[in-house]
Amino acid sequence: MMKRRFLLSSLPFFGAAFMGLRVGSVFAADEAPDALIQRLTKEAIDLIQADKGVQAGDVARIMQLLDQKIMPNLDFQRMTASAVGPAWRQATPEQRTRLQVEFKTLLVRTYSGAMSQAKNLTFTVKPMRYAPEDKEVIVRTLIQGRGDPVQLDYRLEKTPGDGAGWKIFNLNVLGVWLVDTYRSQFSQEINAKGIDGLIATLTERNKSNAAGDVKASKG
Amino acid sequence: MARAALLVAALMLTACASGPNANPRDPLEPFNRSMYGFNDAVDRAVIKPVATAYRDVLPSPVRTGVSNFFNNLQDLWSFVNNTLQLKAEGAGNSIVRFGVNTVFGLGGLIDIASEMRIERHSEDFGQTLGHWGVGAGPYVVLPLLGSSTVRDTAALPVDMKGNVVSQISDVPARNSAVVLNAVDRRSQLLDASLMLEEVALDPYAFTRDAYLQRRRSLIYDGNPPEEDPYVPDDGPTGQ
Repeated sequence: MMKRRFLLSSLPFFGAAFMGLRVGSVFAADEAPDALIQRLTKEAIDLIQADKGVQAGDVARIMQLLDQKIMPNLDFQRMTASAVGPAWRQATPEQRTRLQVEFKTLLVRTYSGAMSQAKNLTFTVKPMRYAPEDKEVIVRTLIQGRGDPVQLDYRLEKTPGDGAGWKIFNLNVLGVWLVDTYRSQFSQEINAKGIDGLIATLTERNKSNAAGDVKASKG
Repeated sequence: MARAALLVAALMLTACASGPNANPRDPLEPFNRSMYGFNDAVDRAVIKPVATAYRDVLPSPVRTGVSNFFNNLQDLWSFVNNTLQLKAEGAGNSIVRFGVNTVFGLGGLIDIASEMRIERHSEDFGQTLGHWGVGAGPYVVLPLLGSSTVRDTAALPVDMKGNVVSQISDVPARNSAVVLNAVDRRSQLLDASLMLEEVALDPYAFTRDAYLQRRRSLIYDGNPPEEDPYVPDDGPTGQ
């Protein structure tokens, strides 16, 4: 009896060990976090410079490219959860999905306007050190356009065997963490109107931003 | 000036009442919000239209020249503050930048130092105080000047004295220079302020949170020690 139970309970470990072998072989192909950022930044800059739609700030086109190239390398659920704060615990799966969709649209707009100015950019990834057991790292880069260089840092988490082996979950522009800047605004909304209130506010904002774009392109 | 400071202090004290959801870094929020509203109204009515006209009327090289000129004066003050913080590289670069741009860049109109890849190390007196351990204190929105903290507000008179523009003895000339500097700065932020209106749910909170992070980052030269990072909790319905 004892023996059987032992066997049963040890099964998951065998499973894990077996998975480990598989993951281990995938893991060998994982990129280093700084190499990943180097590759993604280069791809993004090349794309911006080659694509007329992106340069013109075409939100639909940018969204499409983003989904293809960047989203697989982001842990967007973690970004949203972190911006929403403790209320994320209470959110239903549907609310979580809605929050992610609306937050993403809002952020894409933040950067789509800046695309037209992103010409003749060069960048450097700063040398970094990290230990193999590190679960989270920061990769620092400098983007040089006209004027002073812009500091752009990324926070990545290790995701062995998933994507490139690392995923971005926060972004720092000139010393300001993107996700953190939304946290108190989101909690204000949630305190006043609940999670559905926040979703409604985000949806409304995205709609009025889109309407503003149409007006601007016609005018 | 002293009377104005007293008035501001009195206003802040009366505004100290904080609600249940008060942000610990922003105990003066009611006062700050009304000041933000005032600044925003002045900006919409006067400053933004002037800055827009300035951008649309003057050709880009002229505007670059104006920015370079004021930045060059700023480099001199950065030299002083880098020295006060014992930052040798920053001080050296700042004084070399000032020398090169003043002599070879026609009094600072052309930023030759940047072409030569001599990096700018902007430092002001608020950063110097922060460097030596003076805490930022609560967030403060100043009339017309906008986002600040108690520490940076205390440093402001020194920063103003340190600006070469304030040493101009001819009052109309000095005032013109101050206004030109302000309009030039605002014109560079036209796109940014447009973006703020689109991406922020609450422009006041967005500005505050970004400003406080940015200042903190500047004091640690872009490499601040980590504050307790927020770790999201998926809770019972976690996937």
